Amino acid sequence: MSETGIGARVKRKEDQRFITGKGQYTDDINLKGQTYAYFVRSPHAHASIKSINTAKARKMPGVVGVFTGDDVSADKIGGLICGWMIHSKDGSPMKAGPHPILAQGKVRYVGDHVAVVVAETKEQAKAAAAAVAVSYGVLPHVVDAGKAMKSNAQVHDVAPDNRVFNWSLGDEAATDAALKSAAHVTKIDLVNNRLIPNAMEPRAAIGSYDTGTESYTLYTTSQNPHVARLVISAFHGLAPEHKLRVIAPDVGGGFGSKIFIYAEEVVCVWASKRIGGRPIKWTAERTESFLADAHGRDHVTHAELATDSSGKIVGFKVHTTASLGAYLSTFSSCVPTYLYATLLSGQYNIANIYAEVDTVYTNTAPVDAYRGAGRPEATYVVERIVETAARELKMDPAEFRRRNFVTSFPHQTPVIMCYDAGDYAAALDKALDMADYKGFAERKAASARAGKLRGVGFSAYIEACGIAPSAAIGSLGAGVGLWESAEVRVNPVGSVEVLTGSHSHGQGHETTFAQLVSDRLGIDINNVSIVHGDTDKVQFGMGTYGSRSGAVGMTAISKALDKIEAKAKKVAAAVMEASVDDVEFNNGSFTVKGTDKKMAFGEVALSAYVAHKFNSSEIEPGLKEGAFHDPANFVFPAGVHICEVEIDPDTGVTTVANYVAVDDFGNVINPMIVEGQVHGGIVQGIGQA
Amino acid sequence: MPAISMTVNGQKVCGEVEGRTLLVEFLRDKLGLTGTHVGCDTSQCGACVVHVDGKAVKSCTALAMACEGAQVTTIEGLAKNGKLHQMQEAFREHHGLQCGFCTPGMIMAAVDIVKRKGKKLDDETIRHELEGNICRCTGYHNIVAAVKAGAEAM
Repeated sequence: MSETGIGARVKRKEDQRFITGKGQYTDDINLKGQTYAYFVRSPHAHASIKSINTAKARKMPGVVGVFTGDDVSADKIGGLICGWMIHSKDGSPMKAGPHPILAQGKVRYVGDHVAVVVAETKEQAKAAAAAVAVSYGVLPHVVDAGKAMKSNAQVHDVAPDNRVFNWSLGDEAATDAALKSAAHVTKIDLVNNRLIPNAMEPRAAIGSYDTGTESYTLYTTSQNPHVARLVISAFHGLAPEHKLRVIAPDVGGGFGSKIFIYAEEVVCVWASKRIGGRPIKWTAERTESFLADAHGRDHVTHAELATDSSGKIVGFKVHTTASLGAYLSTFSSCVPTYLYATLLSGQYNIANIYAEVDTVYTNTAPVDAYRGAGRPEATYVVERIVETAARELKMDPAEFRRRNFVTSFPHQTPVIMCYDAGDYAAALDKALDMADYKGFAERKAASARAGKLRGVGFSAYIEACGIAPSAAIGSLGAGVGLWESAEVRVNPVGSVEVLTGSHSHGQGHETTFAQLVSDRLGIDINNVSIVHGDTDKVQFGMGTYGSRSGAVGMTAISKALDKIEAKAKKVAAAVMEASVDDVEFNNGSFTVKGTDKKMAFGEVALSAYVAHKFNSSEIEPGLKEGAFHDPANFVFPAGVHICEVEIDPDTGVTTVANYVAVDDFGNVINPMIVEGQVHGGIVQGIGQA
Repeated sequence: MPAISMTVNGQKVCGEVEGRTLLVEFLRDKLGLTGTHVGCDTSQCGACVVHVDGKAVKSCTALAMACEGAQVTTIEGLAKNGKLHQMQEAFREHHGLQCGFCTPGMIMAAVDIVKRKGKKLDDETIRHELEGNICRCTGYHNIVAAVKAGAEAM
């Protein structure tokens, strides 16, 4: 292994700009003639809009324009869409209510975007927004997922009982039969609370329209700028894709919340043309992040787990009601369905599983993918009920898990997924050892003597990552394919630029992707640049979410590198007057078998561009290759986490006494970065707990 | 509009501000020093920490006019003569950052902690002192390690 190759703890290339204050986040960018937007938002969970009076606001100092839903309609700007069609059990399509970029006739959650004021300064925009007079007719509201279907509040006309869809997965009859004949059935009711992703960088956007080229540019805090361009172009109808450039520069964390296409960014782009092409900047205040970023989780679940007399799980039945909030956000519908119920087998060999999911509208901020997106929700249900079953059966929770682990692979679960490989018992053993599980009883007794409570919890998780095989998800309703793209450009001097369709917002791609290139081409990692986040620079790509950039994005780079190597071998063979079959490439050098002929990678690159020594009708000049990679399956990292906590019963103060994480991630590119990701994930999880 | 002057990263600067202009707005919008970030606008997250007359201050909660005549150091002014400050080096060395948004505030706060508490810092002290700085990516583990190492190197 080289010092900068696969598996090395390479210090991050991107850090220099971040530790010196030279990062370029969206709000750090200022365009000539820039104006500022401030949104008028609903103070009500549910209300009709009787009237909007903008006259006073328009006369306020510095105001350039005030726009409402009527202006949006007049310009025929389409609404926000949900890109994954889910069908109910009865075959009917999900009930998608309209989601205009500025409210039309009704508001459906506190924070709903009603109007926008554009002014010379943000203070002027904010002051004028306060002067926009909206007359509301307050309507009954519902905010609780569990109560939505019985509420007298109706969020969308299209869904009279607030139900978006009633979806199922698995064999209900077989699962019912397994439950009926089981020796024991464990039942639990769970709430997986709603939470707010809260990336440190608030969402921001700058939209501008160039009257000369009749094209738009959008700077935005996005995890997937190409998808944003596609959606804004195809569904909002602002401009064809080649007339819209979307740039997602440095992005200060996403955790899912910056995948989605939001009203504010579309408004900034659209309204820029309305004000004659001056750029419009909007940056969320933290209050707006709480109100108007897509939230996560919000499930209410009843689950039943059947076991036989030997403690083997024989059936698992789950009903979940998932709130999707007031509107269907970009990928909201796939989260509590295909990203959730497909993982309900966990690490366990369960012959019969049936899951039914009701998704509902509530008068709350839209709910969509948040860190893990559906899969942590599945792990929570599985691990809570497995733990409860073990306790009811008076079995050791670790041994109960071990008894039910999948042990042979590939393993086809009853809920779509086919696990490719794993050794779950090995992770459990390691975690038990590291956590000194044997010593727990003694520690618990010691805590009791000190008047404290002590408990231990397990999570034996599995996650479907590397999202996703395009044809497979297409058959399940996805509106897009989830392949990834890469282009490798070798410069004449032998340095390399990699254009990737994925996007880094903390994951360290500029380092890990460069490690792959350095490793494969045997060149200095400092001679590799990773380019991402600009639709004018980078070929179409799908972006970063669903733990896919390593497994899918890097594989695309790897495939492009295969092509680079093959082409470079042809060039090297021609220059060294050898047969291409005799050319070998190792550690950055091309050699000819059985001779001392040798060319460095950089020399071959230069030869490819100079093109003096080969027949250009046989070998094209240049050294640049692209690839798209569509995975054949998901990847299935799994592991066991054990958390030991101590609670002071008098004060309720809970202390994490020990936390052990054993994760099987396969071939780790940069252990330093992976460990950092795990630390962050654990703490976000503890935060929710 | 009133005129103010102060010294920022060793340079004398002046400009016109409104009475309500915040120090962070003056730094970012007037001086173009965008390394100082606004994460919450309510002085909770600490992404905006700078040094004013040698003390850590949340610049989203300080009025620019209140800093008249002050010596201000921002993240851009921490490295001297092209050489990173020990605390900046420590954050890179210990992977104390991911998305980088909270990092300038973290580093500026960390330097201030060392000034007040000395170079030998235990984890508990660092965690307590960083309560006013929020990071959403790292889970703080590596930030604590970075601050500890940076303090020793200072």
